[in-house]
Amino acid sequence: MATITSDNHGLRLAVRYAVLVLIAVIFIFPLVFMLISSLKPDAQLLADTSSLKAFLPVGDISFNNYSAAFKRAPVGLFILNSVIVTGVTVVLSLIVCSSAAFVFVFVNWQGRDLILTIILATLIVPFETIAIPLLLISSKLPWIGLDGLTWGWLNSYHVQIIPFVADGLTIYLFVQYFKDLPGELIEAARVEGASWFAIYRRIVMPLAGPVLATAAILKFLAMYNQYLWPLMVVQEEGYRPVMVGLQYFFQLNVVWGEVMAYLSLITLPVLAFYLYLQKAFIASIASTGVKG
Amino acid sequence: MKSFNTLAGAMLASTLFAGAALAQTELTMWYHGAGNDNEMKLVNEMLDEFNASQPDWKVVITAFPQAAYNDSVVAGALAGTLPDIIDIDGPILPNWAWSGYIQPLKIDESLIKDYLPGPKGVWNGKLYGIGMWDAAISLVTRQSYLDELKLRKPTLDQPWTADEFQAALDAAKNSGKFEYALDLGTAWTGEWYPYAFSPLLQSFGGDLIDRTTYSTAEGALNGDAAMAWGKWWQHLFTDGYAQATQDPAERDSGFATGKYAFSWNGNWAALGALKAFDDVLFLPAPNFGAGSKIGAASWQLSISASSKHPDGANAFINFALQPKNLARFSKGLGLIPATAAAAELTDNYKVGGPLNVFFDLSNRQGVLRPVTPGYPVMAKIFEKAASDIAHGADVAATLDAAVDEINADIEKNKGYAAQ
Repeated sequence: MATITSDNHGLRLAVRYAVLVLIAVIFIFPLVFMLISSLKPDAQLLADTSSLKAFLPVGDISFNNYSAAFKRAPVGLFILNSVIVTGVTVVLSLIVCSSAAFVFVFVNWQGRDLILTIILATLIVPFETIAIPLLLISSKLPWIGLDGLTWGWLNSYHVQIIPFVADGLTIYLFVQYFKDLPGELIEAARVEGASWFAIYRRIVMPLAGPVLATAAILKFLAMYNQYLWPLMVVQEEGYRPVMVGLQYFFQLNVVWGEVMAYLSLITLPVLAFYLYLQKAFIASIASTGVKG
Repeated sequence: MKSFNTLAGAMLASTLFAGAALAQTELTMWYHGAGNDNEMKLVNEMLDEFNASQPDWKVVITAFPQAAYNDSVVAGALAGTLPDIIDIDGPILPNWAWSGYIQPLKIDESLIKDYLPGPKGVWNGKLYGIGMWDAAISLVTRQSYLDELKLRKPTLDQPWTADEFQAALDAAKNSGKFEYALDLGTAWTGEWYPYAFSPLLQSFGGDLIDRTTYSTAEGALNGDAAMAWGKWWQHLFTDGYAQATQDPAERDSGFATGKYAFSWNGNWAALGALKAFDDVLFLPAPNFGAGSKIGAASWQLSISASSKHPDGANAFINFALQPKNLARFSKGLGLIPATAAAAELTDNYKVGGPLNVFFDLSNRQGVLRPVTPGYPVMAKIFEKAASDIAHGADVAATLDAAVDEINADIEKNKGYAAQ
């Protein structure tokens, strides 16, 4: 029987770290390649792809691609639009989906399981299949805004936000998490006379940090990467998000350095958001594997 | 007193002018050039001139990136938000006309009587779109290569035959000087395939569809001529004359760096080739038996079916077709002016100009892609078939499958009959 000694313990640790470093490198290399390539002129960028130089800031390094990217497209506007649409959708989605999940888990009402099943069944419906009916509906809906009552939601932020506030996956995540919360807490609060809203706000949500982070990150990524829907419902440049903006860079002769510069710029908000919620996200993933 | 009168006169004039400007009815326009500063600058210059040239109409443009443009137009048509004026890629025009997205133009016929055939967007006997330019493909090489390989310089009247072209490829390959004899631009995907390669099929005598009825691809895309094309096309790759898979960078710079002896490329890349070498030649397409053929038609101006101001949109298109505007885009973007008169206003395309050959190529070898609403579907099917054959797929089976797919689409759409 093998025993752990100070010698082989160190070796195991070294191997473990080597494997972890290798995995980290594999995951981080695309990002490094993108950032480094964004600093190179195309001729050098393409020449370097066949060697390790692709990952090193060597040769003719400059920020020219970034200035060219800003000249080719209103990059700041696209990022701002995406941040607004994504941010508002994430916040509303967390509120609406967690509320729905709360009602499904803790409140007894007739037809609860059937409705939840129907909502979960929407997970297997690809968005592409409902995109055109959704477009037709959105183009005829009324809206009351600063201009008073208008008809048709196209060319706006709300047409990019409202259809995605509630979705089956986010509700499912909250339902699964809430089911694992101790029922005694809720029962005790009810006995004490707390309203359902008070239980939701003061007891359940403060315990929902990990699932909030997970749902927020998944929603953020899905919304930030939206392409088809904004392509269909946004014709004015003033409301275009980053992924539609990416197409500005695919002309007949693509300047890959500019593409990389644009991608680097639009990746920054995603990275910042992920790093901000990283601990809670990992806690949520870890908790799904722990049985009490 | 005199200065007061002058001031009063100026105020009155400016008020009247402002009144005229305010009286202009707004025309909306969608254009595919977002992200292309150079092109958008030219378009905006033309719009500004039109808006200032008359008191009735003011065109306001919204630009889309080209890669997202067609989908945006289709979504706009579904949602009922199309603008008055849209630009449209020539081969898609019949589909959009059939779908009811656009209406026939009512423009001054005298402006287009001397037009190249490619920029005229005719479907079902009606003019639905008109382009300010055309595009053409040539076989790009160098005089020094022809001399070194002891090859005859082909002309429009006497293009290379299939045998001569094969001999040229053999000579280039056997010289050992080039990595590949021929650059076909397989790095480019999408519309490049039917635009650039289906004319080669047509030169063999085949086609994407039987153009006498537009109701079946049977015999056109899988008959003897198409089979001959398929086998020839495949041998280019299996015998090492060209790359079935090409890096975009090789496409962009391979000819200039001497990697290829011949490059199948468009007039839009011609100025770059001229910069790279001082003995560049733009040769006509070889004749594989049914004549030399290259693709024709590029972007065109059209009017949406839902436009409430077709008279204003037609007025704008009439304005756009003036020779000075055709020349403007040619000078700025290197495109082929749609008329000889406009070509004479440019240094590149006028008689004796370095790119004049493209005007003649467009005029004499240009062939429209199948003028049918089913074209967008058959274009994708052809692209896949050509790519599969290039990568070694069985020619007969691939073409038969392509025919079945095209025919199924035609059947599904009830023959694409005019509605």
